[in-house]
Amino acid sequence: MTKMTIMGNMATALGAKLCRPHVIPAYPITPSTLFPEKISEFIANGEMDGEMIRVESEHSAMSAAIGASATGARVCTASASQGIALMHEMLFIASGMRLPIVMAVGNRALSAPINIWCDHQDTISERDVGWLQFYAEKNQEGLDLMILAFKICEDKRVLLPGMVGIDAFVLTHTVEGVDVPDQKLVDDFLPPYKPEKYLDARTPITFGSFGTPEFYQEFKYAQVKAMEESEKVIDEAFREYKKVFGRTYQKITPYRCEDADMVILTLGSMSGTARAAVDILREEGKKAGCIKMTVYRPFPGKELIDVSKNAKVIAVLDRDITPGLGGALYADVAAQFVNRTAHPVILNYILGLGGRDIVINDFKEIYDKSHQALEKGIQNPVEWINLNKEIL
Amino acid sequence: MKITIGAINDKPGSSKNYKTGSWRTLKPVINLEKCKKCWLCKQLCPEGCITKKEEGPQINYDYCKGCGICAHECTFDAIIMELEER
Repeated sequence: MTKMTIMGNMATALGAKLCRPHVIPAYPITPSTLFPEKISEFIANGEMDGEMIRVESEHSAMSAAIGASATGARVCTASASQGIALMHEMLFIASGMRLPIVMAVGNRALSAPINIWCDHQDTISERDVGWLQFYAEKNQEGLDLMILAFKICEDKRVLLPGMVGIDAFVLTHTVEGVDVPDQKLVDDFLPPYKPEKYLDARTPITFGSFGTPEFYQEFKYAQVKAMEESEKVIDEAFREYKKVFGRTYQKITPYRCEDADMVILTLGSMSGTARAAVDILREEGKKAGCIKMTVYRPFPGKELIDVSKNAKVIAVLDRDITPGLGGALYADVAAQFVNRTAHPVILNYILGLGGRDIVINDFKEIYDKSHQALEKGIQNPVEWINLNKEIL
Repeated sequence: MKITIGAINDKPGSSKNYKTGSWRTLKPVINLEKCKKCWLCKQLCPEGCITKKEEGPQINYDYCKGCGICAHECTFDAIIMELEER
């Protein structure tokens, strides 16, 4: 193991390098640009064997990734924001063809207005494309989750692509201490990818062939079943990772939730701030807890119900927005509880869009607002935090 | 037929098994008495469904989608489109 002080993009690039991908088609985009740059550098320096394909767009990057993965190669790429939006149609094809491509993402807002800063809209908007989704709180998680994503996605019970999100700038461009595992350990943890069927000119086959109405629904069902199956595979991989590398991962990680009246649900880098805020609220005698969600697809509903069912309120924080509804995570959480006879009040807070900082005071405001909603009734289940109404 | 993971088809050339003729609502019918065997219909059929036979053009109804291009282009009105009832 080597201890390094590196930026988040370097962490995901090193994570990818340790997985020995054969092909890396990538098109640089802020804030993920450093990822392809670093991969390029590793290959040029002879530290890495893979082939980097310099494509003309993100759509081509994902197309090349799909083609390469179908030949049985291990493939990874990186993107963000508009780049992922441009990949959209190809993301469905990757998952439909059951190709375990892994993509590192620097989570960034979408235009317009143009904005390069942190926001989860880019990957949240891709929640229906059939990719597994992981969100890192810190750079160490970015590196670890890249390795874990390959392990989980390539499992024969899964065979689906996955994306690992690290928050734009807050992680992508922030230097942190990261333990970089030894190559030998990663090689043992992640054996070579050996699909049963792959493209080979000697024995021609077709991937993703024509699916008429008689078959299409069954293909989608099988894909959904694989996503469900991944829940078990994720737990197994997390357990093995802890054994080999010593770091603990859970689909959701509760913090001081046992006796909490209010739990705050977070994704990504805001989770650390949430824990600090919970500690302060606890000192003030307020029974707050928080839950960090690391796996967003498949949605860890059972685990979430388990740790939050005794709370009075779940405050769901969304760094994304589904206009006309609220936060996407809010709708997901509400769906888990809706058929239970008794469940916590579920409130939604939209915050941190387009790189606005999420600070301790925001969590205090969320606590107070939620408390008020409990006592005086819910005025509006979807509230915007830190909104400057003066400039509206 | 069982589905495969990733919709993989390992038998090349299987598109022939998919008979697109079921898409048809109008069916081209050739009047061989009017036909002058100019073969324009054969040239223009986008599906390659018309073949040359001694007695005149022959339509493969397994794949003909009933687009009507043959009937539209026939200079001698030798092809008419009939409503097909199934």
